[in-house]
Amino acid sequence: MSIWEFANPVRFMRLTGKVLPWITVLAIGCLAVGLIWGFFFTPEAINFGSTVKIIYIHVPAATLAINAWVLMFVASLIWLIRRHHVSALVARAAAPVGMTLTLIALITGAIWGGPMWGTYWEWDPRLTSFLVLFVFYLGYMALWEAIDEPDKAADLTAVLTMVGTVFAVISRYAVNFWNQGLHQGASLSLDKEEHVADVYYQPLLLTMAGFFFLFLALVFLRTRTEIRARRIIALQLQEAN
Amino acid sequence: MNATFAVLTRELRLALRSGGGAGLGLAFFLIVVMLIPFGVGPFPSLLAQIAPGTLWIAALLACLLSLDRLFQADFEDGTLDILALSPMPLEGLVAIKATAHWLTTGLPLVIAAPVLGITLNLPSNAYWWLVISLAVGTPALSFLGAIGAALTVGIRRGGLLLSLLVLPLYIPTLIFGARTVTAAVEGVDVMPAFLLLAGVTLLTLALTPIAAAAALRMHMR
Repeated sequence: MSIWEFANPVRFMRLTGKVLPWITVLAIGCLAVGLIWGFFFTPEAINFGSTVKIIYIHVPAATLAINAWVLMFVASLIWLIRRHHVSALVARAAAPVGMTLTLIALITGAIWGGPMWGTYWEWDPRLTSFLVLFVFYLGYMALWEAIDEPDKAADLTAVLTMVGTVFAVISRYAVNFWNQGLHQGASLSLDKEEHVADVYYQPLLLTMAGFFFLFLALVFLRTRTEIRARRIIALQLQEAN
Repeated sequence: MNATFAVLTRELRLALRSGGGAGLGLAFFLIVVMLIPFGVGPFPSLLAQIAPGTLWIAALLACLLSLDRLFQADFEDGTLDILALSPMPLEGLVAIKATAHWLTTGLPLVIAAPVLGITLNLPSNAYWWLVISLAVGTPALSFLGAIGAALTVGIRRGGLLLSLLVLPLYIPTLIFGARTVTAAVEGVDVMPAFLLLAGVTLLTLALTPIAAAAALRMHMR
């Protein structure tokens, strides 16, 4: 029994079909409990007022936005090396989810930043690198859409992911250099989690778990849809012959 | 070596003769720089402040403009297949083509940049660093562009997609290049930014031919 057995689409479908309802229930449960707990049963922070509560969406979305790209990187690498179609489809399925999470992180960050920093947007290294990540997601999805042949599209987007990962990392640190060079350093981007007290931390963990399960459920669902779409195309081709 | 030279001269000839469009990048560079004062106003101190970034962004866009031609014509008429079947490794071919692109697009910009720097009131102590940073940074633009051009080679109307794929990759080069010139203007140490710029260029020169050649093989399969 190795993990590669799930490279077989039939096995993948069977497994995900079984676990998907459970993951969905877990996602809804964790998110509902975490968000209600976080929004209504935690005290208001001294300097932040009630705006601090957006942390329950902002931080999980931001964490998963980065990790979605890491997932795409690993899945693309597996596709390039071992040619498992499920792997390529997982990478494709994760992209729109990752892009949406990046957008959620940017928007909630702006809503939070408005009253707290006095500005909705600041060319701070973290904000800027998220904008860059968003553009990388856009490019990845656009390349998938532009190519008709599925295998060729999977190959080329995998190459783009490899190159993109290298440059996303370089950009992340280049952006640090750029802003420290022009303004002072990271005075605006507080490292939120280190400052979070336990009252906020526990519901935050719950919403992070909720977002994780939600992400997993969406990726599984999208991958299953892709596999079924492939199957339909294959059947149509058989019919035509 | 003979083959390298032959392909390089072929590329240069194609670019320089009629219909090659070698001068277009330079003309575009001129127009973009010319438009900036219309947009922001003719204030010498303001222009001096934004000159390094403006010149770098204009160079970047001018480079981008001619990228979709890099492999497209050869791919369509089958030349690329023949070149790929030749004993020369495809990675080498990509490197030669990117070099030819730099010689016909990047190098003219490097030479023209100081003149345009005058029009933007760039402080005189930054001229050398403008030239040096562009000379060191623009090869990275051509080589990174080769990846984008290779990824989109078979796609109809791939130009816009190419920009979307390539522009994010240009961010480190732009940051370090513009920062080198800004540091020279401000009179602070230029070396940190310049060395990082050179590092990014060396990394791209070493690795992009591999990625671009892989993408081309996927298209020709």
